[in-house]
This record gives sequence, structure tokens and C-alpha cells, in this order.
Amino acid sequence: MALTREQVAHVARLARLAFTDEELDRFANQLSDILSYADQVTALATEDVPPTSHALPLKNVFRPDEIEPCLSQEKALSTAPEVEQGRFKVPRIMEEP
Amino acid sequence: MSELWELPAAELGTKIARKETSARDVVDAHLSRIEALDESVNAFLTLTPELARATADDVDRNVSAGEKLGPLAGVPLALKDILCIDGVRTTAGSKILENYKPPYDATVVQKLFAAGVPIIGKANMDEFAMGSSTENSAYGPSRNPWDLARVPGGSSGGSSAAVSAGFAPLGIGTDTGGSIRQPASLCGVVGVKPTYGLVSRYGVLAFASSLDQVGPFARTVEDAALLLEVIAGYDRMDATSIRQPVPQYRAALDAGVKGLRIGVVSDWIEGEGVQPGVTQSIRAAIDALSGLGAEIGEISLPSFRYALSAYYLIAPAECSSNLARYDGVRWGLRASDAKDVVEMNVRSRTAGFGDEVKRRIMLGTYALSAGYYDAYYGKAQQVRTLVIRDFEKAYERFDVLLGPTSPTTAFKIGEKADDPLAMYLNDVFTIPSNLAGAAAISVPSGLADDGLPVGLQLLGPPMSEELLFKVAYAYEQARGPIATPPLWVNA
Repeated sequence: MALTREQVAHVARLARLAFTDEELDRFANQLSDILSYADQVTALATEDVPPTSHALPLKNVFRPDEIEPCLSQEKALSTAPEVEQGRFKVPRIMEEP
Repeated sequence: MSELWELPAAELGTKIARKETSARDVVDAHLSRIEALDESVNAFLTLTPELARATADDVDRNVSAGEKLGPLAGVPLALKDILCIDGVRTTAGSKILENYKPPYDATVVQKLFAAGVPIIGKANMDEFAMGSSTENSAYGPSRNPWDLARVPGGSSGGSSAAVSAGFAPLGIGTDTGGSIRQPASLCGVVGVKPTYGLVSRYGVLAFASSLDQVGPFARTVEDAALLLEVIAGYDRMDATSIRQPVPQYRAALDAGVKGLRIGVVSDWIEGEGVQPGVTQSIRAAIDALSGLGAEIGEISLPSFRYALSAYYLIAPAECSSNLARYDGVRWGLRASDAKDVVEMNVRSRTAGFGDEVKRRIMLGTYALSAGYYDAYYGKAQQVRTLVIRDFEKAYERFDVLLGPTSPTTAFKIGEKADDPLAMYLNDVFTIPSNLAGAAAISVPSGLADDGLPVGLQLLGPPMSEELLFKVAYAYEQARGPIATPPLWVNA
């Protein structure tokens, strides 16, 4: 499985990462190598084998819907790069009209 | 007479309880050793002397008041920098969290405080636990106390180097694909990967959530057993936590191995890429166990050869999803002067993550993307089922399985840094236990012909920790004391 520079650039956009042209080429090569190795897995005939997403036989875990102590607003915001009026502040999300 | 920093944790705990020494003196002895030598080892990213001394002083007060304390009260510990302590910088080895001070304690940290264990510092690691050498740390690699030109293994290499160097008799790491066992092997210490769900993951920065598990490092099997007793147990803050009482691991240590059926994983003993010195050391360990009355057989596990490729699809897929949270909004690095929120996300992540983390995010994003999900992620999950089935079949014939922890001894810093695939092959013997959610332990089996430590890996089914400790302890007693790293002499 060989990845092209264009494919790597597309995946980078999905992953919210930016790369220089040189990095795109290097990543295309390295990811292709790793995926070729991983192709061992795709070559296995496993039609009747169920997938395992989790090693333990756990079902949904519920707790009673009761209000409990949690992080204060002040503490929750204490790690934020930018805060305004008790909220996380971010750069513009919408285009200007 | 031995220095305080040379003593095992159990002995230190006893001395403190009997007032033969104070917890404060024990902490200070380790802090001075760190001060003298960590410049060359780089085991710690942040030291926490005030926190450690405060815990130690509490312990000393309680001892004076005649209170009965746990066996590890006052015994210092190196905590991998991926577990949160309220108000203490927690970086996960990444630039993106360079100034992150979490607002809460991990459950494991709460348990350590409750047991009176002083946390002496936050240990270096591969960024977000992705790596096998600590070379992926944004803060420079840790160095192996056996040879400072070599890696200590990874990702929990700072913790294993600290325990090996005598900076702390106890350490905490996390093991997603071998990140406790492999560095334990390379540094000549004991490392335990507990059953998935035995130790809470609350407050542990996530890498691959279906595989991550917290576990102990120590220089003796007894100390590792005592530490696991402290940190294990059900936690309602972790939905994957196992609801079962924690066994008294130490109490079961000396039951012996007579009649126990041990299966040697034959493909691992003389497989491709296994260093002859490693094979030799493991064969000697097998003879020792046989001499103790264990019944030794051989087994081949065909699905295990696909485990590594399955892991390198599953772990990156989970990591790409988990690390989406580092978006510059709620915590961590934010790039300034972005024109909109997407540019802020992209520039923050691009500046904050190192190459290996980016590589795995990219791999995972690709493996989960439309058109490839079934071919990669779906197939990998099926292989996971096959690995679990092979383990189940093996445990019909054997009580525990045995092999090397790592195919080689510690390699040179820089030797594999430019070849991600060669680095991934370090984990080939450790990954199956993670995929199966099972327990495993690495115990030093002496030195190879190159003078570097080898780790014997013992594997068991989920919740087999008592059994594994018992075998490891019996082997350790038969093996006898092993050499200490050159760093012990040059102090």
C-alpha cells in the first residue's frame, strides 16, 4: 500500500495538522512502509471471526443519576489558554456577514 | 552498611515503621542522589521535593503517634509524567502540555497519597507514551544507568531508569504495548503490566484507551507486588474498572512452582531478530524454573505473528481519536494570532506535537477514514479475537507462558530513531498481552554477553497477577542477586 503526497495532505487536513512539502514526502514514505507491514493483517482470512473492540466482557456501565460534587468552574477554566466571562474563549468561528 | 537509596522498598518501609530511620531522611537521601546524578540520566521532567517531603513528614508524624501504616509508607516513588497531580506540571513528554497543571489528582495518585508514598518527581517518557526508547520525549531522551550511551527503553523509560539508578525504589508507568515491561527489561528492573481494568485510568492522559494500563516498577518482585496492592482496585471514575477485591499479592509470593505447567513460546526463543545473548539468558531461566519443579513444555501461537501489525492499526486509531482533544481550546498550547478557530487548531497541534505522535495520528486517521475502516481497523479487531483465542487454547495446557520481554538488550541512542518500523519491532513480544487485556510481568534474568540486562517475561490470563508474582518470586530467589548498574559504583 503506497500513499501519495496528495493522500497524506488530505489525511493531514482531516487530522488538523500542517506539513511542509518535505514532510509530506517523508510521511508518505514512512506511512507506506508501516501500512505495507500492516497489510499482513488485511491478508488474513477472517470472515467468520467476530471483532474485539474491548478485551473485557463489559456491557454499558451505569450509575444512579444523582448530582455529585465536580470541578468548580474556576478550576475547570484554570488550564485554558484564554478565558472570558467564565467561558473558554476561541478565535472567530463564523465568517463575518 | 548499605546506603538508604540502595535498599528495597519493603525494607525501607519496615525501617521507617520501626523508627530506625525517618521517611524524611529516606526522601532526602534519594533527592540528593537525584541531584548528583540525574543530569546524566535525565529520568525526571519535574522534581516534586516539597510534595515528597510533605508526605514524608506526615508519615513520620503518624509513626510517632503510633499509627499503623501500610508497608510502603514513606518509600519514594517516580511517577510517569502521564498521571495527573493537582497543580503539578504534567506534560506527557509533549510540548503541547509544557505548562499544563491539571486541576485534579489521578485515582492512582490519590491511592499513593493515602498509602503515604512520597512522589519524588514526574518521570520522563516518550511523548504521549508513543515509543520504545524515550527518544520521542520533547525534553530529550533518558539514559540507561547500565550504559549512558544507550536508551532505557520506553515509553516509561524515565521511571525504569529512576528505579534502576537508585533515584527511587518504586516507579509507576503505563503499558499500552509494552511500555512498562520493555523498559523494565532494558534497565534490569521488575515491571508489571496488570490486567486491563485492574488499575484505574482516571487521571491518566489517554493514548489508546482499550489497551492503556497503569502498573508498577521496582527492583524486587516483592516490592512490585506491594505497590500493585496499593494502586489496584475498583474505581467508579473509570467505567472499565474491574469490580473485584484486590488480592494480597505479597501473601502468596512464596508458594513455589512445583508442578506448575509453564509453556515456553517457542517462536520467541530463537525467532528472527532475537539476540543470541537474550536467548541464552532465557534458557538459563527456564532451567532454573525446571530445577524448582515446574513442568516445562513448548507452544507455538500462530496468531501472535500478526499481533504487531494489528496493534499498529488499533493503537494509532484510538490515539488519533483521543488526541483530538488537544485543540488549543481548554488546555495546552495555543498558537497566537490565528485568523479563525480552524487555523488556531492546526497551528497549535502542528507546533505542539512531535513527529512520532503526528505519524500515529496520521496513521490512525487514515485507518479510520471512509473506505479503509473495514480493511484496516476492522481486520485488526478480528486479529485481536484470534490472539485472545490462541491465549485461551494455550491456557488449557499451561498455567503461565514464558519468553523474553524484548528481542534485544538496550540499544544505542539514535540507533533506531529514523526507522519507525524497526522501533515498533521492540514490542513484538509484549503486544499480545495488551491486545488480550491480560497480565504479564518482566523480571531481570541477569546480564547478556554484552553486559546489559535481559528481562524474562511471564504471561498469564486476565487476573492472574497472584500466579505471576508467585512464579516471578520463585525464579528471583533461585536466580539470586544480580549485578548493579555501573552508575551505583560511580556515585
